[in-house]
Amino acid sequence: MNIETVLQQGVEAANAAEDLRSLDDVRVNYLGKKGGLTEMLKGLGKLDPAERPQAGAKINEAKVALQRHIAVRKNALETAAMAASLAAETLDVTLPGRRRDTGGLHPVTQAMYRIESIFSGAAYEIVSGPEIENDYYNFEALNIPSHHPARAMHDTFYFGDGTLLRTHTSPSQVHTMERQEPPIRVICPGRVYRRDSDLTHSPMFHQVEGLVVDENISFADLKGTVIDFLQRFFEKELQVRFRPSYFPFTEPSAEVDVQCVHCLGKGCRVCSHTGWLEVMGCGMVHPNVLTMSNIDTEVYSAFAFGFGVDRLAMLLYEVDDLRLFFENDLRFLRQFN
Amino acid sequence: MKFSEAWLRQWVNPPLGSDELLFQMTMAGLEVDGTEPAAQAFSGVVVGEIISAEQHPDADKLQVCQVSDGAEQFQVVCGAPNARAGLVTAFAQVGAVLPGNFKIKKAKLRGVESFGMLCSAQELGLGDDADGIVELNHPVGSDLAEIAGADLPLDDLTVDVDLTPNRGDCLSLKGLAREVGVLNNLEVTYPQITPIPAVTRRTLPVTLEAAEQCPRYLGRVIEGVDLSQPSPNWLTERLRRCGLRSIDPVVDVTNYVLIELGQPMHAFDLDRLDSGITVRMAQEGDSLVLLDGQEVTLDPATLVIADASGPVAMAGVMGGKNSGVQSDSTNIFLECAFFAPIAIAGTARRYGLHTDASHRYERGVDFQLQAEAIERATEILLAIVGGQPGPMVETVDQPSMPTQPQVRLREWKLNSVLGITTDVAQVDEALRRLDFTVTERKSSDKGIEWQIVAPTHRFDIAIEADLIEEVCRIYGYNNIPVTKPTVRLPLAQVDLQRHSERQLRERLAGLGFQEVVTYSFVDPRVEQSLNQRVGLQAKMLANPMSSEQSVMRTSLLPGLIDAAKKNAARQQDSGRLFEVGLVFKPPHEQEQEVQQDLTVGGIMWGRRSPEAWLDDGAAADFFDVKGVVEELGQWAGLTLSYQPPADEAMHPGQSAAVMLDDRHIGRVGRLHPMVEKALDTERVFIFELDGSAILHRAKRRHGRVSRYPAVRRDIAVVVDRKVSVQAVIDVLSRGMDSICTNITLFDVYEGEGIDSQEKSLALGLTLQSQETTLGEDEINAAAQSAVTLLEQQFGARLR
Repeated sequence: MNIETVLQQGVEAANAAEDLRSLDDVRVNYLGKKGGLTEMLKGLGKLDPAERPQAGAKINEAKVALQRHIAVRKNALETAAMAASLAAETLDVTLPGRRRDTGGLHPVTQAMYRIESIFSGAAYEIVSGPEIENDYYNFEALNIPSHHPARAMHDTFYFGDGTLLRTHTSPSQVHTMERQEPPIRVICPGRVYRRDSDLTHSPMFHQVEGLVVDENISFADLKGTVIDFLQRFFEKELQVRFRPSYFPFTEPSAEVDVQCVHCLGKGCRVCSHTGWLEVMGCGMVHPNVLTMSNIDTEVYSAFAFGFGVDRLAMLLYEVDDLRLFFENDLRFLRQFN
Repeated sequence: MKFSEAWLRQWVNPPLGSDELLFQMTMAGLEVDGTEPAAQAFSGVVVGEIISAEQHPDADKLQVCQVSDGAEQFQVVCGAPNARAGLVTAFAQVGAVLPGNFKIKKAKLRGVESFGMLCSAQELGLGDDADGIVELNHPVGSDLAEIAGADLPLDDLTVDVDLTPNRGDCLSLKGLAREVGVLNNLEVTYPQITPIPAVTRRTLPVTLEAAEQCPRYLGRVIEGVDLSQPSPNWLTERLRRCGLRSIDPVVDVTNYVLIELGQPMHAFDLDRLDSGITVRMAQEGDSLVLLDGQEVTLDPATLVIADASGPVAMAGVMGGKNSGVQSDSTNIFLECAFFAPIAIAGTARRYGLHTDASHRYERGVDFQLQAEAIERATEILLAIVGGQPGPMVETVDQPSMPTQPQVRLREWKLNSVLGITTDVAQVDEALRRLDFTVTERKSSDKGIEWQIVAPTHRFDIAIEADLIEEVCRIYGYNNIPVTKPTVRLPLAQVDLQRHSERQLRERLAGLGFQEVVTYSFVDPRVEQSLNQRVGLQAKMLANPMSSEQSVMRTSLLPGLIDAAKKNAARQQDSGRLFEVGLVFKPPHEQEQEVQQDLTVGGIMWGRRSPEAWLDDGAAADFFDVKGVVEELGQWAGLTLSYQPPADEAMHPGQSAAVMLDDRHIGRVGRLHPMVEKALDTERVFIFELDGSAILHRAKRRHGRVSRYPAVRRDIAVVVDRKVSVQAVIDVLSRGMDSICTNITLFDVYEGEGIDSQEKSLALGLTLQSQETTLGEDEINAAAQSAVTLLEQQFGARLR
């Protein structure tokens, strides 16, 4: 057989190979140790020495040509095999991924942490206190002696042994001042309790109390702090106004109204068409309270403020019924995750 | 308190509209809670007389009346039950306009023509009474709007002002007018009150036994009164516009004085009093039937007005029924006293009473007001019911009378507390307008210093801060500048060895738990089924909202289980909830106070993971909830161990006490099936951990990471079924050489090929040295030593 015929057969065999293994068989058959072209090289010895170089060169040319052809074919087969394997591995990527249930924080907790972050930013310390208090910390130390009419403003839960459930987070003020020397800058978040239950009252709710004691702390500073807080909390440049009020443990005392976060003062259902929302109480800490906690009122002055977190959370998340916070319905809670 | 705006404006009338005036009051700390129209304008209504009333031919409840307006007769169809011939009533003629712009036109009712309408008080905007048409005694034909508006204009509001406890001085028109005068810098026209000369000499002796509680008591006898007629219109109308109902002329007059001056008064039927009056504390065995009919046994802390036979009134709170004025009384005794706030405070509340009188006495009544008030009441009474007044008798214990303290106000303190620079002239002006007496005013190097005495109607001025507040109020809260505190700025302490509660909550949320907030007071039956089994006695509220919320939780489980149940009832067939909060446990030995411990708890029910196409839908089990505890333990850097069973409330075979060394820090597992049954739930898994333990954050420090390869040897041993895996791992961790860096249990097998009393454990040992690559000999020796340990300790054998 002449070289061209062998080469031609080799090329055809390579083209006919449908997979890498049969292609390798073709390589062995033609180019291997006992392959057709290799055998022809071995047969060169029988030729006239003068013809050998030329014949040898031709055989080598044929070998290189067949090698190239096999390589090209191999590449084609590999590409096809990859494509087939990719096709076989193809998933419906629109199927949902493997996951577990996601949990989340209660909206009141989220509002609480939002408040904490705002005050921590100004280096307020966050302290917590007991929920079962004695009469001294909840009332007496806050300038509310036992006959004081203000006690009627707090529908208190009693245990009958001199202890009670705190009606506000203000006792934390007293604990803090007993523990710490001025300057003091704290907020005290926590649960509080009052014997009251209707659309807008829950017997248990959440408050944050703030206290700053230092030299030269003024009512003007209190106003600045409260306005700043409300604007940061709602992320709006809301108007804030202060009304004289009365708390036994502050003087002067003020109720704070903020422009309705919903209608921005135009008047709507949320603000009962007044344009304002009553959101917190505050004032300069009463000298009696400071004195009871051994703080010199000639050197130091202090302001305090307190507000309901549930109410702020309602406004922030547009929740229209306080009771939803305490029903713990997963469908309600998951909205805030 | 409620008051009539028109009445207030008769005393002081600033050039402001209603809204502006009420806003001004609110911004001055007299918070207006609400308003309602006290009276509204109407026109075209005359006093008419029903000449005849006949049954409507086609309507049971209607009558066809002939009504005279004094000049002509008109046919009017009327549905009022009290419409009858001879009745003088309000007749809105065709063309009349009633409140709410309701125009009266000629109409046909069930086929009968009607020319106008007969009106009820409600239709005229003159009260709530809508049961029938008004009954009048005015001349027929007069314009009713003129009559009704003669005393106070018809266009009026009833204003409800919510006063803080310190502002007892504003619980009267006098006080409100004074305040409005101050705010607008206007003089107030107070009523002229003149002493009434005595016509008889009749008096009633008064003894003050409790002078400290009642330092001043004024009395007056009025003989020969006629109480058979109702109060005149102007009086009942003024009371109505202040939210008070007319009772009888005597009560109406004392109420009138209460509203006008803020002085509570009481009237006795003189003939029902036994000799004189003694003001004393209640004694053992004293009781009293109150005006409202209830009988109370009086405790010794109660101040009473007594006659020779016993108490006749609870002083400053409510009179007695038997000594009270009745319609046939002819001789009366008027009482007008000053009771010390401290003597009355708490009394009303203690008896579950709250009256207009106690409300005022508790907050403080002007202690110089009594004479003025009794003269005012006498004057009005005589004009209405006649009678002969006796002399006004004052019994007073001067040493027990309150005195107003002298209070110092310093300019520098005022400026420093308010953050302003005062104009002292403004301060002088504010003090003057508030009727404060300046007894001394001097300059010092730190500015002006005032010595001030407050008027007798103010009970809230004792210290400098009280004066600063007054100046601030008059200055205007919203005129105070807005500044930020200037502070020294120390850096925060950040605890290296504690996690925050916030981190814990976020961690649990990351583990798929949804936070809930449940009540701290729970149902004692639930508490009992869960925790009393554990021997905990819960703290009980003395005055709970309901029995379902009457004990303090000793664990988070009652709330969590309740939340889980409610969610399950709302078709949430799977869920994971957690709560972080305080639980309240009985005191430790030797301690007095209840322990209030931060606790974290969780509950899971239903599927292990959300329903999904690649999920097998398996139900959550013990190991799911235990895994959560393990993850928290790892987060805290704590080595926790588990001792079964947790406690009596838990499934004996599927629960464990969570231990930190020898300390019990919580429980994990399934509820006891009996508890599940009692609480009407099933297959819930819970964990509960001591917050202070799990908020620990073990200090992390670097230990060398070996550069040499680790090798793994697996061994499978057969042990008794009762041997706990924890025990096996503990023995290996303690007994093995330090090159054994980890022990993993990767299979537990029971069943075919293994004795039914035994189980096979497959353990993977990771072996690694810090110094060298381990050789085959060392590896085999280590594996062998593990097997030997297990043989010795548990009689284990290689499988």
